[in-house]
Amino acid sequence: MANYYLDSETYKHHLHHPLMKRIVELKERNFADKEAFDYAPVDFEDAMDSYDKVLEIVGEICADIIAPNAEEVDHEGPTVANGRVIYASGTQRNLEAVRKAGLMGINMPRQYGGLNFPTVPYIMAADMVSRADASFENLWGLQDCAETLYEFGNEDQHKRYIPRVCGGETMSMDLTEPDAGSDLQAAMLKATYSEQDGCWYLNGVKRFITNGDSDIHLVLARSEEGTRDGRGLSMFIYDKKNGGVNVRRIENKMGIKGSPTCELVYKNAKAEIVGDRKLGLIKYVMALMNGARLGIMAQAVGLSEAAYQEGFAYAQERKQFGKAIIEFPAVYEMVALMRAKADASRSMLYETARFVDIYKALDDISKERKLEPEERQEMKKYNKLADAFTPMGKGMTTEFANQNTYDAIQIHGGSGFMKDYTCERLYRDARITNIYEGTTQLQVVAAIRHVTTGTYLAQIHEYDAQDYKPELADLKQKLQAMTAKYEELVKLVTETKDNEYIDFQARRLVEAASHCVFGYLLLQDANRTESFRRSAEVYITYGQAEVNKIYAYITTFDRESIDFFKA
Amino acid sequence: MNLRIIVLAKQVPDTRNVGKDAMKADGTVNRAALPAIFNPEDLNALEQALRLKDAHPGSTVTLLTMGPGRAAEIIREGLYRGADGGFLLTDRAFAGADTLATSYALAMAIRKIKDYDLIVCGRQAIDGDTAQVGPQVAEKLRLSQITYAEEIINAENGEITVKRRLERGVETVKAKLPIVVTVNGSAADCRPRNAKYIQKYKHAKTVTEKQDADADYTQLFSIRPYLNLQEWSVADVNADVVQCGLSGSPTKVKKIENVVFQAKESKTLTSADANIEDLMKELITNHTIG
Repeated sequence: MANYYLDSETYKHHLHHPLMKRIVELKERNFADKEAFDYAPVDFEDAMDSYDKVLEIVGEICADIIAPNAEEVDHEGPTVANGRVIYASGTQRNLEAVRKAGLMGINMPRQYGGLNFPTVPYIMAADMVSRADASFENLWGLQDCAETLYEFGNEDQHKRYIPRVCGGETMSMDLTEPDAGSDLQAAMLKATYSEQDGCWYLNGVKRFITNGDSDIHLVLARSEEGTRDGRGLSMFIYDKKNGGVNVRRIENKMGIKGSPTCELVYKNAKAEIVGDRKLGLIKYVMALMNGARLGIMAQAVGLSEAAYQEGFAYAQERKQFGKAIIEFPAVYEMVALMRAKADASRSMLYETARFVDIYKALDDISKERKLEPEERQEMKKYNKLADAFTPMGKGMTTEFANQNTYDAIQIHGGSGFMKDYTCERLYRDARITNIYEGTTQLQVVAAIRHVTTGTYLAQIHEYDAQDYKPELADLKQKLQAMTAKYEELVKLVTETKDNEYIDFQARRLVEAASHCVFGYLLLQDANRTESFRRSAEVYITYGQAEVNKIYAYITTFDRESIDFFKA
Repeated sequence: MNLRIIVLAKQVPDTRNVGKDAMKADGTVNRAALPAIFNPEDLNALEQALRLKDAHPGSTVTLLTMGPGRAAEIIREGLYRGADGGFLLTDRAFAGADTLATSYALAMAIRKIKDYDLIVCGRQAIDGDTAQVGPQVAEKLRLSQITYAEEIINAENGEITVKRRLERGVETVKAKLPIVVTVNGSAADCRPRNAKYIQKYKHAKTVTEKQDADADYTQLFSIRPYLNLQEWSVADVNADVVQCGLSGSPTKVKKIENVVFQAKESKTLTSADANIEDLMKELITNHTIG
């Protein structure tokens, strides 16, 4: 009986963060549900114990069912017949297990059949599911869409759809089209209102839709005839029971092969609108994407962890020149850095999830009553932090997932290049994480304004102001030196007031900020739990060198030479 | 039709993960060194019961287990998966029972439960491997029995249809309810624990456990009556104390020997697939591996 949740103290460490007290208090509204629901917690400890127990179920399913199915799922993949998707048999078994275990609609309110869990334990489940099989995380993680439905749909829609998701029906978000990928403003799928039928009809094509044959779709479509930009787009719900959407084909992908990526044809598909017209892209999809980006971060963290596990295990068992290869500096350094990147990514994931939790819970409360002034302040603060940390985290952790899976193969040597070892699948699966839900380059675009406006720096200073154990003083000093360099670079680049130049250096600045943030997060981890000390040491050593490299690049860069880079 | 199903389940030491301290010097099992688990084939039986409940909403699944106080965990594990309730037979006088005394105690408890249509249990427990308790319970209750069940196909109109896994094939049989069915390990795996049920029942405790329970949650036992797990003693099930436990057990362990494999027991194997396949099957069957 293996169990991902119990096989290290990492998950419990992140679950039991001091900020959870506030998160649970907000999410549970003083434990008001305890009278109406027999599974609702009665106090904070009870709630934490429930998260712990449910995550133990997730950890068991991941280790005993999802992970053992992963290879077969990767080879078999889904198929299409008569416009419908048939999942690989292993995927079907995985879905059956998570449904039976009641792991759908985890963060939905209890009145709709959900578990009312905060984002932190939900995203922890996603982290483990992805570690077991990243392609399955795509299907399971699309329950995220229910959150958008909950945030922006009306009560009637909540009642009709959310219980179905909690009961195990799957979702999809139908956004991209052949000519609208990163630039969703170009979406052309047509929505027409029929006065006669009192409903909307959708016509057109969507492409690259993950789990496109889901039961309940959220669809971005052009409701305002004659418009060409984002302001003409609205969001719709399409219920598969009504028919009208067929899967034309599924893509033959490099990785996450268990997750069907569909091309969808809409022919007079009956749909209903979510929220207000014209806010589809500018408000709802943006919220949806933020949630989805956190999900991809979790996917990246799971992959980084799996890659480390595979690499570490192989390095211990593989013998060359009379000893295990992990005894060679070139190998143990690689393994240590993989561990450090996985730990740093995970710390970033849960820090971001906590920020999301607080502002979303407050936002939800604001629909029931007027927030107190200090609550409004709190919501604003955490909303801003979530907005800043989501793109930084998504950008960095997905790049780390790629690096870790790459290194896992490197440790395996020639064997890693063969289909026989898991690391080969992880490498292919990781490759999409820094592309979809916004490429790293687009995450940088979202993150750079928090570099220029100082959101990151203020948060770094807040981390710095906390108390740390004396034995961590050296590491803290290194982080202070890194921060000073980062500050200097930001000043140097922004004072040029040259937007193209700022864009040119943006990724380096965001990365420098990330190394400081990740370093401080690991410092906090090491302060709270001794076993993180190693990763803190390794990461900060690495991060400092990276910041120095960036510093050297920017300070010696001749702005005139930017022309050499242009096509 | 609504079915009233009783699942017999046993808490057993996890003999699949035996370490060097698994046996005490006197040759008895060192239970402290082995994690206590839900007997695997009883989990298969529970799954069959839960599937019947899924197919016939309104049916109930009740666990019955005999053991020390900590065996209450078996009832909770059942509740976490969708069972409706359970009883723990626990009493010093039940201790040391062989299969005869065990089946006597279980049969008396089932008589006390009184209303049932179906009794399911695992074929055998991994600690004793006797496969006797299920059949003996059936005899004591004068019920028919179907052993080696792999799948309960349906239970309708007072009849049950069961697929049995036999040595050289499968057999599908029909019988009248009530009946005892023993389930094979080849049956479907038990479903995972459910997130809602685990939150609902995690505080469930027997009277004995409540004495050591966290005081913070004591008021819950009156607000949520289903959290009170029932414990039954010899007297509670109207059993004859002489027929229980050690005194009711004709089986006596005369001597325990360590088996030392002699060279004459060795086999020569070729690397032919069929040979390897046979060896694997043998090692799995006798629990050497797997």
